[in-house]
Amino acid sequence: MSIAWYLAVSALIFAIGAGGVMVKRNPLVILLCLELMLNAANLALIAFSRMHGTDDGQVFALIVMVVAACEVTVGLGIIVAMYRRRVPVDVDELRELQG
Amino acid sequence: MAEAFFFIAAIGAIAGAIGVIRLDSPFYSVLSLVVHLISLAALFLLLRAEFVAAAQVVVYAGAVMVLYVFVVAYVGGAEPMRRPYAPGLRGLSVVFAAVIAVELWIALLGTGLKAVDTEGAGFDPNPPEGQATFGTPEAIGDALLTKFLLPFELASLLLLVAAVGAVVLARRRRGAGIEDPSEVGVLSVVDALRPEGTGTMREAVSGLPPVEQRELEPAKPSEPEGGW
Amino acid sequence: MTSVKTFAWLTLLFPLAGCIVNALGYRVLRGKLPGYVGTGVLFASFVSAVLMLFALQDLGEEERHVRAVAWDYMSTVGFDGELALLIDPLSTFMTVTITGVSALIHLYSVAYMGGDRGYARFFSYLNFFVFSMLLLILAGNFLFLIVGWAFVGAASYLLISFWFRRDTATAAGIKAFVINVLGDVGLVLGTFFIFKGTGTLDYLATFEKAGEIAQGDVTAGCILLLVGAFAKSAQIPLHTWLADAMEGPTPVSALIHAATMVTAGVYLIARMWPLFEQSSSAAAVGAIVGCLTLFVSATIGLVVTDLKRIIAYSTMSQIGYMIMAVSSGAYVAGIFHFYTHAFFKALLFMAAGSVIAAMAGVQDIDKMRGFRGAMPFTFGCFVVGGLSLAGVPPFAGFFSKDEVLAYVADRGDWHVALVVVGYVTAFITALYTFRLIFRVFFGEPSPEARELEEGHLHHADVPRNPVTGDEEDTDVGFPGPEHHIAEREGPMKVAMGLLALAAIVAGWLQIPNVTHALEEFLHPTFAESRYFEELHPSDGLTFGGMAIGALAAIGGIALAYLIWMRRPEIAVRMRERFRPLHTLFVNKWYADEALDRLFVRPAQWFGRFAQQTFERIVVDGLFVGGPAGLVRAGSAAVRSRQSGFLRAYAALMLLGLAGVVLWLLLSS
Repeated sequence: MSIAWYLAVSALIFAIGAGGVMVKRNPLVILLCLELMLNAANLALIAFSRMHGTDDGQVFALIVMVVAACEVTVGLGIIVAMYRRRVPVDVDELRELQG
Repeated sequence: MAEAFFFIAAIGAIAGAIGVIRLDSPFYSVLSLVVHLISLAALFLLLRAEFVAAAQVVVYAGAVMVLYVFVVAYVGGAEPMRRPYAPGLRGLSVVFAAVIAVELWIALLGTGLKAVDTEGAGFDPNPPEGQATFGTPEAIGDALLTKFLLPFELASLLLLVAAVGAVVLARRRRGAGIEDPSEVGVLSVVDALRPEGTGTMREAVSGLPPVEQRELEPAKPSEPEGGW
Repeated sequence: MTSVKTFAWLTLLFPLAGCIVNALGYRVLRGKLPGYVGTGVLFASFVSAVLMLFALQDLGEEERHVRAVAWDYMSTVGFDGELALLIDPLSTFMTVTITGVSALIHLYSVAYMGGDRGYARFFSYLNFFVFSMLLLILAGNFLFLIVGWAFVGAASYLLISFWFRRDTATAAGIKAFVINVLGDVGLVLGTFFIFKGTGTLDYLATFEKAGEIAQGDVTAGCILLLVGAFAKSAQIPLHTWLADAMEGPTPVSALIHAATMVTAGVYLIARMWPLFEQSSSAAAVGAIVGCLTLFVSATIGLVVTDLKRIIAYSTMSQIGYMIMAVSSGAYVAGIFHFYTHAFFKALLFMAAGSVIAAMAGVQDIDKMRGFRGAMPFTFGCFVVGGLSLAGVPPFAGFFSKDEVLAYVADRGDWHVALVVVGYVTAFITALYTFRLIFRVFFGEPSPEARELEEGHLHHADVPRNPVTGDEEDTDVGFPGPEHHIAEREGPMKVAMGLLALAAIVAGWLQIPNVTHALEEFLHPTFAESRYFEELHPSDGLTFGGMAIGALAAIGGIALAYLIWMRRPEIAVRMRERFRPLHTLFVNKWYADEALDRLFVRPAQWFGRFAQQTFERIVVDGLFVGGPAGLVRAGSAAVRSRQSGFLRAYAALMLLGLAGVVLWLLLSS
């Protein structure tokens, strides 16, 4: 399979993740969709790394994984804190940064 | 043979992605994502990125997703949600996502790079002395400690920051309702000086009580003409 | 050469110094000291002017145009504005006259204004006025002519409104100033036209190039200069301010509105003779307006009953003679009449001030009778001035007025009509002058006169505004509590006496066929003038004119004697028979009402419209409110995007991403 196929899959997954971010209201699921997008990027990176024959893309993908892990940590921490303070866990209800 | 594996993995990945956004309960979404991650690991293997594939399974699908499962179990799942704030946004989102997909396809597939149509650069399982094979841990480790040393160190710093952040967020402050009264003794003098509230940043910054407890001032009517 | 320039600067700067000393030191200078300072600098200025005259005469005839330049005020490419004076016979003669008469009027004021709370201020303003007038006269280019012109208008305003708490005085000051500003505009626009034609502001350079200016430009420029002259010299139609200007103190009326400021227009036309000789239409306009004014104002003077206003209208009339003269090319005659008029008119005003003081501020001649016994000196001065004004030989006014009429008649064709009007008006002049004298000084003495005969100067219980009768007080801003009459004050007597002497002998400078002092003196200025050379009335014309003039004057006096001394009922009957005419004259030919209808009301309407409609709707609503409203709407629109709604933000971000990718795709 040529590299192009992998790239096509990556694009599709990215789009699905983006749509999910816009549509879902539970912040947990939004974070999951964010993970989807990061993974799609990872796939593309690995594909290009294969294309060039160097390891740079793979290292990049590893670092992306690290970043994703950190982000999930903090994001989930916020969601837990929200839940504990009885704030509704619904992105549509959190509108205090308006105006 | 490789094509068959590719298609299975690809379909698994896409199915997992669709499952994340379409399934009702967050728990099911998490499980769907795990499926997606494993399929992606397979795809990585097909691309000869052994170490990254392993890391994906162990770290990502293993650690991160387990963390997710814990949180979903704690927070709970599909509560009946009230009417969405902007109903039109659903349709619009689909359109945007489709637009992004199409654009990215055009960009990635219509590129002038000839190499995209190949199977990539040649793979040499027995590289000359001093060079590691593509994708092996050896190669990755080599790169991380020589060429990509700075990003490596910065990534570890980032992990430290995230850990500190998680600890800070998990701390309990005196809130509107403490689950366990016996835990009051854990608080220090400093906590006693803090004003009552639910611990949001907004309260900490402005010193105002939480939103439910405070009447918002009605908006002033705009002034009539004159008075400039 | 240098001494001429030095004396010129000294003449100009002495009054300025006096003004500044009085203005800054008004707290320090006690009693009559400001008066002495003001008068002293004027005398010094007069002496300096006389020395300047002698120094000028020392120069050869060709050199008697001395330019004294202080510094380059603003000179750029194509524009020359230097602080320059032009000292030639015309300006020297006028300077000497002005400083002389001003010095005497200052002397008079030292006593007359005693007791007024604004004493130092008065002398400061008066000195400022003399400085401005001298700047106007001595200016060597249009720029400083305009500066002097404007300063003189400002000084006039300050002095008319001197008793500033009197509403009538401030209204009169504003009226005078507004009409003067109209004149200023005319002057400046006229200068633009002349400058356009010659490219220079300097007098001498302009006059050399006078022949090269396009006919349209020079006519337009001269007519605009005439607008300026008419406003300053109170000619029709810009004359309405002069009568009201009598609200100022009497010395002000004497100095500004008789002898000096109002003659600035005459000076202007005489100075600009090269330009006016290029444009015969402008000169014709000047002559006709002068003639019209002299007649109309004489008719008004015949029926008005305010003492100072009668004299004001006679001023207007005499200046009409001067304007007619200089517009028709009789330059020397016009300047000669200015010179004699300065003396007898200032004298008349001073005497009138004395009478008004005896009446404790009242100016209505219906209330004045029989002052002859009580105030003999004032009476004598009045008679001398009146005879000179009427034009009775051998007084000064006779020679000057007849010279004017003779020279204008010598122009021929339609100018003769003007001369006829001039003689008729001479008759009317004598008539109203002696009407005034007979009514005020003869007859059964009025109560105030009786009081004065017994040695007691009449004082009103409550000071009042003479026109409206409103109550006043004697604090600053109103006339002082004391009244000074000439019989009791030495300075006043000296000043009036000297002027009376001048009113008798001044005319002897230009006795036809006997002395030509003025003509010879002024010759260098007008040397190349066409009319200066051409106009030489024949002996027949001259002596015939003198005879007619003398007859007109004596006839007028006789008729006045008949009516107001012998048979007063004639006056009443005439008024009844010619009631419409009388009403027309008393209402000043409805000039004020006409100007009100034509200009004041539309201006007020426009002001109201601008404020209520235009300002409110267009400016506030559209120009200010428009952009402000746009900004408010814009920021409201932007603010509404900040919904705090996370998914919208996410959607927008992805939309942005899609846009960027699209652009990148399209551009590659």
